Amino acid sequence: MLLFTCPNCGPRDETEFHYGGQAHVPYPENPADLSDVEWSRYLFYRENPKGVFAERWVHSTGCRQWFNMLRDTVSYDVHAVYPMGAPQPATATTQQKGA
Amino acid sequence: MANTAELTNAEVLGLRRSPAGHLADDFAKGSTAGTHGVSLRELPFQSMVGVRVDPGSDAGARVAAVTGGLPASCGQVVAGPAGLATLWLGPQEFLVTAPADRQSGLAPDLVAALADGAGQVVELSANRTTFELSGPSARAVLEKGCAADLHPRAFTVGTAITTEIGGIPVVLWKTGDDTFWILPRASFADFLGRWLLDGMREFASVEGTPWP
Repeated sequence: MLLFTCPNCGPRDETEFHYGGQAHVPYPENPADLSDVEWSRYLFYRENPKGVFAERWVHSTGCRQWFNMLRDTVSYDVHAVYPMGAPQPATATTQQKGA
Repeated sequence: MANTAELTNAEVLGLRRSPAGHLADDFAKGSTAGTHGVSLRELPFQSMVGVRVDPGSDAGARVAAVTGGLPASCGQVVAGPAGLATLWLGPQEFLVTAPADRQSGLAPDLVAALADGAGQVVELSANRTTFELSGPSARAVLEKGCAADLHPRAFTVGTAITTEIGGIPVVLWKTGDDTFWILPRASFADFLGRWLLDGMREFASVEGTPWP
């Protein structure tokens, strides 16, 4: 069982949270202008890195707020927890991976 | 639409059934007194109103005037007039509770306070019931199924958190040194009541033996 630190509620069990996929995927400014390929890239294509990954999570049985988290997909280390809309904090590993 | 908050007819109130009313005898039988005892009972029909409002807005200030203030962070409970208590559920989400006899008036007062401000006030008295788990072993029973830090150093008297007990989402409110109020949703009350009774069994059978 992982222990995640909710920015509002503090450390809680992983089972209180739900996953929201990759963070920092902006909605296209002009969706109508996109080709089908570009639209499908926005809808379906996500990173799948081995290492640090920026993800969205929601504390669904707690404060019901969304937040972003930098999690290592290999070691499950949580490197950072930061609010929605904030830029991704730099870590040594993300720079190596160029993610 | 019937406004359940305004049911004052004694005859109608007499027909109410609490979500764990059928377990009252089991709760009484499963409760143990003594130095390692733990007891469980239901405190039915507590009034509850869900409020979503930005505490920094004008509407938030008007709602705070009714409730005696709004909690600012996780765990805080603000006591208000006439037995009101406001629990923090989220940065802009609160649960206002009041004793059962204050059924009428609370939700309308809050609706009036919110007025046309952004937010919502929902009468939720029938949404959750209240269990009172108390006694020297109450924390040991809770810790069988709740992963939140319940040590008195971290979880002090007068705080309330939203968490899970035995996989059931609840509001857990510490009202005394050895007293916890557990607010499960009505449909989970039967399961959680039996789950807690099961957790309490060992303390009935080892009366007088220290808990390691």
